[in-house]
Amino acid sequence: MSSIVPGLLKGMAVTAKTLAHRSHTAEYPDVAPDLPPRSRGVIALLEENCTVCMLCARECPDWCIYIDSHKETLPATAEGGRERTRNVLERFDIDFSLCMYCGICIEVCPFDALHWSPEFEYAELDIRDLIHDKDRLGAWMPTVPPPVAADASAATPKEVAAAQKPPRRPAAPPAPA
Amino acid sequence: MPEVLDTVVRVVAVLAAFLVLPLAVGQAEHKVMAHMQGRLGPMYAGGFHGWAQLVADGVKFVQKEDVTPAAADGRVFRLAPGVALVPYLVAMAAIPLAPGVVGADLDAGLLFVLAASAVAVLGTLMAGWSSANKYALLGGLRTAAQLLSYELPVVLGASSVAMAAGTLSLTGIGEAWRPWWMVWQLPALVCFFVGGVAELARPPFDMPVADSEIVFGPYTEYTGLRFAFFLLSEYAGIVVLAAMTTVLFLGGWHGPGPDGAWWMLLKTALVSVLVIWVRVAWPRLREDQLQTLAWKVLVPLALVQLVLTAVVAVGIAS
Repeated sequence: MSSIVPGLLKGMAVTAKTLAHRSHTAEYPDVAPDLPPRSRGVIALLEENCTVCMLCARECPDWCIYIDSHKETLPATAEGGRERTRNVLERFDIDFSLCMYCGICIEVCPFDALHWSPEFEYAELDIRDLIHDKDRLGAWMPTVPPPVAADASAATPKEVAAAQKPPRRPAAPPAPA
Repeated sequence: MPEVLDTVVRVVAVLAAFLVLPLAVGQAEHKVMAHMQGRLGPMYAGGFHGWAQLVADGVKFVQKEDVTPAAADGRVFRLAPGVALVPYLVAMAAIPLAPGVVGADLDAGLLFVLAASAVAVLGTLMAGWSSANKYALLGGLRTAAQLLSYELPVVLGASSVAMAAGTLSLTGIGEAWRPWWMVWQLPALVCFFVGGVAELARPPFDMPVADSEIVFGPYTEYTGLRFAFFLLSEYAGIVVLAAMTTVLFLGGWHGPGPDGAWWMLLKTALVSVLVIWVRVAWPRLREDQLQTLAWKVLVPLALVQLVLTAVVAVGIAS
């Protein structure tokens, strides 16, 4: 009995204390949620960066990325030069009814064509409408937040470090004339 | 003619109280419980902090299909919600807010209210028995066992006050009350209040409706408006219990400053919040713990209180 009463009083104290504090509820539809950086809302596509290398489609664990493309031949720019071919993206669909938001496609993209956007309000009444084509994926691009600034004490990003590296050897002295 | 008018006014007032106060307690339960759990509770219905939530719930319940199970004892099944609800209306008519501010001032008001609110528990038992459902039956029998065990501390606690006041009239008890009775009658207060909460099958004494083991006890098979009546009867029961506790033990309409019905309403509201608070804070008692608490703690305590009351009352009289 002696051990019961303090426990009961403690329970009442805890609930009373909670009552006195403001609740933590975020009233979502009325108040936009305060999402942390790097929230995984939707995948945005920067079409100009895509080279149709297909790495994302192949790495996707549930095969929810569909890519079609064709090759275009560019005429040689100089007299006697070689014609060049390049890939042109026709179709880039992500089926968000299959996507499990693992982010592997974004990790694996060598050209930063895919990005996480924190937008999450794209529910549909028909599951087929969850397939976002390249225009719709591109429309998410403006919602992609700028990358989080690196820590003050962090190592220099490798792109910056590479640019700042001095040339491997001094430029060859001009050949004596 | 004025007599008829007087009666009509009283009836309408009691009916209004019966319709408003339980809903107010229900809404308070929504909000207080939510905030005790770090939530907001209803926020939309009615616009301002969800004040119309229970009205909206009522509209929803009305729209639902009224199902009577094929194997159920139809007439008893359909009658049970009324049996659970109406006694509280009857009981409310006899509880005074202040001398004269009462539906019906009875000489044996205490006896009347206790008897009426005990009938309400019968509605739950009827519901459980007639549902043709094993969970409902288990719940109904647990309700019956609980009523038998806890009626005793309730009646003994109330009779202790009646003995101290020397009357069974609720107005008389309220008038005879003195502040030092809060100490003198404290054990009776505990017995009456705990027993009352248990008779309502409110947490932590909600073994009869223990939703994690017997679905929803006697109310398992109920739908729509009949189910809503059971819920309403629970809140009406809280109002009756809180009002009775206030009249008998907390001085009713007496208070620091001028006496009046507002003291009664304020104290009733506070006791109702206590009932809600206890629900949020405490875990459910097991069936055997429940019976142990009644027979080994509350009944002896109430008997000791009766002796104490008798000795002190005789001492005052002589």
